[in-house]
This record gives sequence, C-alpha cells and structure tokens, in this order.
Amino acid sequence: MQLIGEILVSLLIVIGAAFTFIGSFGLLRLRDFYTRLHAPTKATTLGVGSLLMASAAYFSLRGEGISLHEVLVTIFLFITAPVGAHLIAKAALHLRLQGVSRLPEDGLLEAPEESKEPAA
Amino acid sequence: MRMLLPHPLLSLMLWALWLLLANSVSPGNLVLGLVLAWLIPLFTARFWADALPVRRPLVLLKFAAVVLYDIVVANIAVARLILGPQDGLRPSFIVMPLELRNDMAIALLASTISLTPGTVSAFLSADRKNLIIHSLHTEDPDEIVRQIRQRYEAPLKEVLE
Repeated sequence: MQLIGEILVSLLIVIGAAFTFIGSFGLLRLRDFYTRLHAPTKATTLGVGSLLMASAAYFSLRGEGISLHEVLVTIFLFITAPVGAHLIAKAALHLRLQGVSRLPEDGLLEAPEESKEPAA
Repeated sequence: MRMLLPHPLLSLMLWALWLLLANSVSPGNLVLGLVLAWLIPLFTARFWADALPVRRPLVLLKFAAVVLYDIVVANIAVARLILGPQDGLRPSFIVMPLELRNDMAIALLASTISLTPGTVSAFLSADRKNLIIHSLHTEDPDEIVRQIRQRYEAPLKEVLE
C-alpha cells in the first residue's frame, strides 16, 4: 500500500512538472503575443493541478487526516487564470497589437459609451 | 428572509470555503464559518446583481464534468502544439455571437472557453453580443463556434436563463 501510494505521488509530480515545463517553454517557442497567452492558461492548469493532487495524496497518505487545502488552490487557480488571460488579451486588443493572425474589425473593439450617460 | 439571508447559495459556498481553509471540521470552526457565511453576503449584498437562478443543478454538474474532461484534453493538445512544428500553426481571431444575456453566464462561458482546447476569450464587445476568441490553431472557425455552442453555451443557457 505504501509503495503504491509513493508510486502514485511520484507519477503525479513528474506529470505536473512536465506540463508546467511545457507551459513555460511555450512562452519561449510560440511566435506572437496572442499565441503565447495560450501556454500559461492551459498547459499550466494541468501541471499545477497534478502537483496539487500529488500534495493532497501525500499528506492524506501520511495518516494525519485528509488534506483538502489543495482543492481550494485548484478552485482559485481555475477562477483567476482565465480572468487574467482575458484582461491581458483585452489590453492588447485595445492597443491593436499586431500578431500573426489578422485582428478583428475595429467596430467590435470600440469601448463602451456608458460613461457619457448616467445610469437611469 | 431576503433581508436576513440575501444569497443562500453564496453563504453555503463561503461556509464550505471556510472549512476547507481551516482544514478541520471542529465545532468552533463550524460555528465561526456559519457566522462568516452569514455576515459576508449581508455586507457585500450591494455588489451582487440579482441572485442567480440555478434551475437544473444536475445539468450544471454534468457541465462541470465535461469542462474538467476538456481541460485535460486541452492541456495535452496544447502541449503537442507547443512542441510540434511552429510553421503549421494557424492562429486566428474568431467572433462568436452570444446567445447568453446574463452577465454571470457570459463570464462563466468566457472563463470556460479560456480553460478549454486551444481557445482564449479575448474581448467582449461593448454591447455584450459578441465574444472575440483567439484560437491557437484554426482549421474551421465555424466548427469551433459550433462546438462551444453545443458543449458549453447550451447547458449554461439551460441552467441560468
């Protein structure tokens, strides 16, 4: 049982490390700003997810009760990663930053005009 | 009732969150969690728009399962794209007309899109009718929109609107 647990934890750590590495490597390898955004939002969620599962498994198997801190970290990560990526992309589009792909039409990127009229 | 407990669901979530943070279910933590779960929504009520009507919890659960599965697939797919040859990549922007109207539902959809295969939601048009998505590798933009509609937007619409 001990051995199986250790193998499981090691496997999760290796998988997590691999995906985290690929995510960071993507930042270097991809060609433009917008594609680089994809690496940290995805490859990293599974990477950190695996590491957190390894942590939960390790501390639970040590027999000090079940460790559920990691669930929280996962939830917060899944909430914040897309919001961060969205804001970065939005800022880039606002500045009309050019990349490999053609930008969407200008009409869609107009800022809202709600500041002119006070809300009823 | 509404004055005393403006967001029952939020309260429940906060309670669970507190117990997870404390990593224990001792009586003291249970009570302290309950007090916080009651007070925090009371003081932040004005920041929350209308309470979300969650109509079909089971559909929401199935949606969560689909998203979790897609996240794993997305990671492997993106890892492969990163390691593969860069010349074959065809990134592009896709404009997706939204059927959802509820702010919270749109936020959920946008986050889901960012977490799943090869797509990041990049911009919401000022009238909230179009979501601009950046796709890492696009073979057929319509197919991507169709998939998002079917896998994510439809269940969200069913649950929240």
